[in-house]
Amino acid sequence: MTKLLSIKNLKIEGLTGEKWVEIVNGVDVALDRGEVLGLIGESGAGKSTIGLASMGYTRQGCRIASGSIVFDGMELFGASKAIKRKIRGARIAYVAQSAAASFNPAHRLIKQYAEGPIQHGQMSFAEAEQEAIGIYRRLLLPDPEGIGYRYPHQVSGGQLQRAMVAMAMSCQPDIIVFDEPTTALDVTTQIEVLAAIKNITRQFNTAALYITHDLAVVAQMADRIMVLRYGNLVEEGAARELLGNPKEEYTKQLLSVRTFRKETDQNDNNSNVILKVQNVSASYTGEEKVLEDINVKIRRGRTVALVGESGSGKSTLARVITGLLPPLQGKVIFEGNELPPALKSRDRESLRKMQMIYQMPDTALNPRQKVRKVIGRPLSFYFGMGGKEREDKIIDLLEKIELSEKYIERYPEELSGGEKQRICIARALAAKPNLIICDEVTSALDQLVAEEILKLLQSLQNELGVSYLFITHDLATVKAISDEIVVMLQGKIVEQGERQEILTPPHHEYTELLLSSVPEMDPDWLDNLLAERQAENEQQIEIS
Amino acid sequence: MAFFKLLRQSPLSARIGLAIILINVFAAIFVPFIAPYSETEIVGDVWISASIDHFLGTDHLGRDLFTRLLYGARNTIAIAFVTTLLSFLIGTISGFFAATLGGWTDLTMSRIVDIMMAFPTLIFALMVLSVTGTSVPALIVVIALLDSTRVYRLSRAVAMDIEVMEYVEAARLRGERIWWLMRHEILPNAMPPLVAEFGLRFCFVFLFIAALSFLGLGIQPPMADWGGMVRENAGGISFGIFKGLWPAGAIAFLTVGVNLIIDWFLHIASGLKD
Repeated sequence: MTKLLSIKNLKIEGLTGEKWVEIVNGVDVALDRGEVLGLIGESGAGKSTIGLASMGYTRQGCRIASGSIVFDGMELFGASKAIKRKIRGARIAYVAQSAAASFNPAHRLIKQYAEGPIQHGQMSFAEAEQEAIGIYRRLLLPDPEGIGYRYPHQVSGGQLQRAMVAMAMSCQPDIIVFDEPTTALDVTTQIEVLAAIKNITRQFNTAALYITHDLAVVAQMADRIMVLRYGNLVEEGAARELLGNPKEEYTKQLLSVRTFRKETDQNDNNSNVILKVQNVSASYTGEEKVLEDINVKIRRGRTVALVGESGSGKSTLARVITGLLPPLQGKVIFEGNELPPALKSRDRESLRKMQMIYQMPDTALNPRQKVRKVIGRPLSFYFGMGGKEREDKIIDLLEKIELSEKYIERYPEELSGGEKQRICIARALAAKPNLIICDEVTSALDQLVAEEILKLLQSLQNELGVSYLFITHDLATVKAISDEIVVMLQGKIVEQGERQEILTPPHHEYTELLLSSVPEMDPDWLDNLLAERQAENEQQIEIS
Repeated sequence: MAFFKLLRQSPLSARIGLAIILINVFAAIFVPFIAPYSETEIVGDVWISASIDHFLGTDHLGRDLFTRLLYGARNTIAIAFVTTLLSFLIGTISGFFAATLGGWTDLTMSRIVDIMMAFPTLIFALMVLSVTGTSVPALIVVIALLDSTRVYRLSRAVAMDIEVMEYVEAARLRGERIWWLMRHEILPNAMPPLVAEFGLRFCFVFLFIAALSFLGLGIQPPMADWGGMVRENAGGISFGIFKGLWPAGAIAFLTVGVNLIIDWFLHIASGLKD
């Protein structure tokens, strides 16, 4: 039997400067009807490029150099635009990573849903409207009759992502390419979307290319998995087999669970408290409270992880602590002294002792400043260093973050994502802080790079005794790095305590939901979990 | 050098624009050496036709028109350049201030600018100039002030985009003063749009001076300037003498040249490939 999609020796080139550089070096992909193939790898592995190429499409600045892409007996490489236009949307559909950025905010969902079927002459608008209700229902969307008449901003992120899956389903295609469809979502929302996707692809016997960097996610979705790196195939195999018995070193690395945590002594010494947040409430508008009565303590040399979904107020708390957002009420006590609520009235010394590292290293570094200036400025600003002394200290700091001294002359755009984040860490360290607030510092990075950064942070803590307030939504990170955990939900703390205490049952209801929603490598995990939750007769997970 | 590399990849239009500007700047700098006569010397009859002695003939007072055109380039371009520079100095500093400080400062400054912009610029300038008199420094300051309102608007908008970036927040958290924020964090990132705007504003200022001169409130005779020359020679049109077209053409020539360069700049700044 011939394959539904068969890509042979695919080579894709990208334009860098004036040269064409190969970004996919001869990869073969084969997909049967109804099969789900997971493409996994870090950024730059070429997985999205391959996904798009399966529709005969390349991004701007890329071209398919050679190879063949045969879809249901038709060669797509070099096919005319008319042929490709007929196939795209109707027989091969695409689901992008960010639904929020992919929907046209000016049109209702149903109009965008119906675009494909009308374009391909399969249905009239009225028929598509009818059809949509069924699809929306199968995707477990609330109010399937009415949701189509909302605008994209009127539904939640997870719902929007499912609405996009619905759009891809509208013509009942043979293949859907899912490009990281859940990466931008919270863990609890991710489950809904995963369940919906799994459900509908099974029902329609649709084949899928599932692209992700998260092995645990792909374990739930895929029948077969291909591991990619730098545009090459590393390993391919049936999902269960590959996960249970990986052959290549790289795959093993991806699979390995983060276990580098050293156990800190758990002595509870109050005099060592470095930061105390007391009864803080805060609001952006003056009315609606984003934080309510928050109490947090951070001890010297310890890491407190602040966990919660987006919108839970984690980052707002950081803004209150740093003074960017003066609280409505409550105090921030740092090393025994109450800090003035507003940034402007804080003295340089207390600013120095508290530093911040951001989520997106791209926007946290001034693109027009060389590394020398980025790291050097805090040195001259706080310590009045200059000349040779400053230069030596910068090199010393670069050493600490495991970068060589030649980086000193570079601009941020000449650094990789992980290197940029290291520079941000060095900038914070330059001030010799006692507390560093890390706001989702690893969530914009690839898994292995993120791990390196966490390791670096941990070793710096061991060496320098600095405390971290670690804001994150990623529970794997929390397990790896924290001493204490604070769980937040809708501006309130629902549970806090020592890591061991929080991570061992019994849990608070919400902590339980968060913990159980983190995908595990076990391919049966999603099915089991859903069955379990069904059995418990829990209301469908709709925490907004 | 990076600039020459850029130049080699530049499109034809940009090269033409650059050539036009270079011709004008060359003329402006070396007038005393290349001009056949002096700026205000009467060399012959009124409105003589072109000849070997007088490339473009003479103007309404019998001065050599070609010489006047060259001196006009010097006066007009120099004054326009200084004016634009001054208006950018005022505009960007106040614009950055408003964006970084925000709140009441921003509100007050922006409303003052709104009020200034509510008046038609030409009428406003005529009004102020009739009070201050039409000396060159007065001309420069008045036009620069009026023009800086536009620069303020742009630089405030650009700075606001940059101001929300995390690297600016990081600098704030470090405790940096506003001057550092403006000079080191915002300005370098605001350069591309500001440079493009500089060229554009230079054109407008230059046309504005020409217009003022044409109305008699700009650069005063006997100093040569293109706008004034158009007015002086406009009378000839009723006699079928079109000498006024020469300075008018010079204005158009330089404006087109500067715009060609700006287009190229904007193109590079926008990062589009073709």
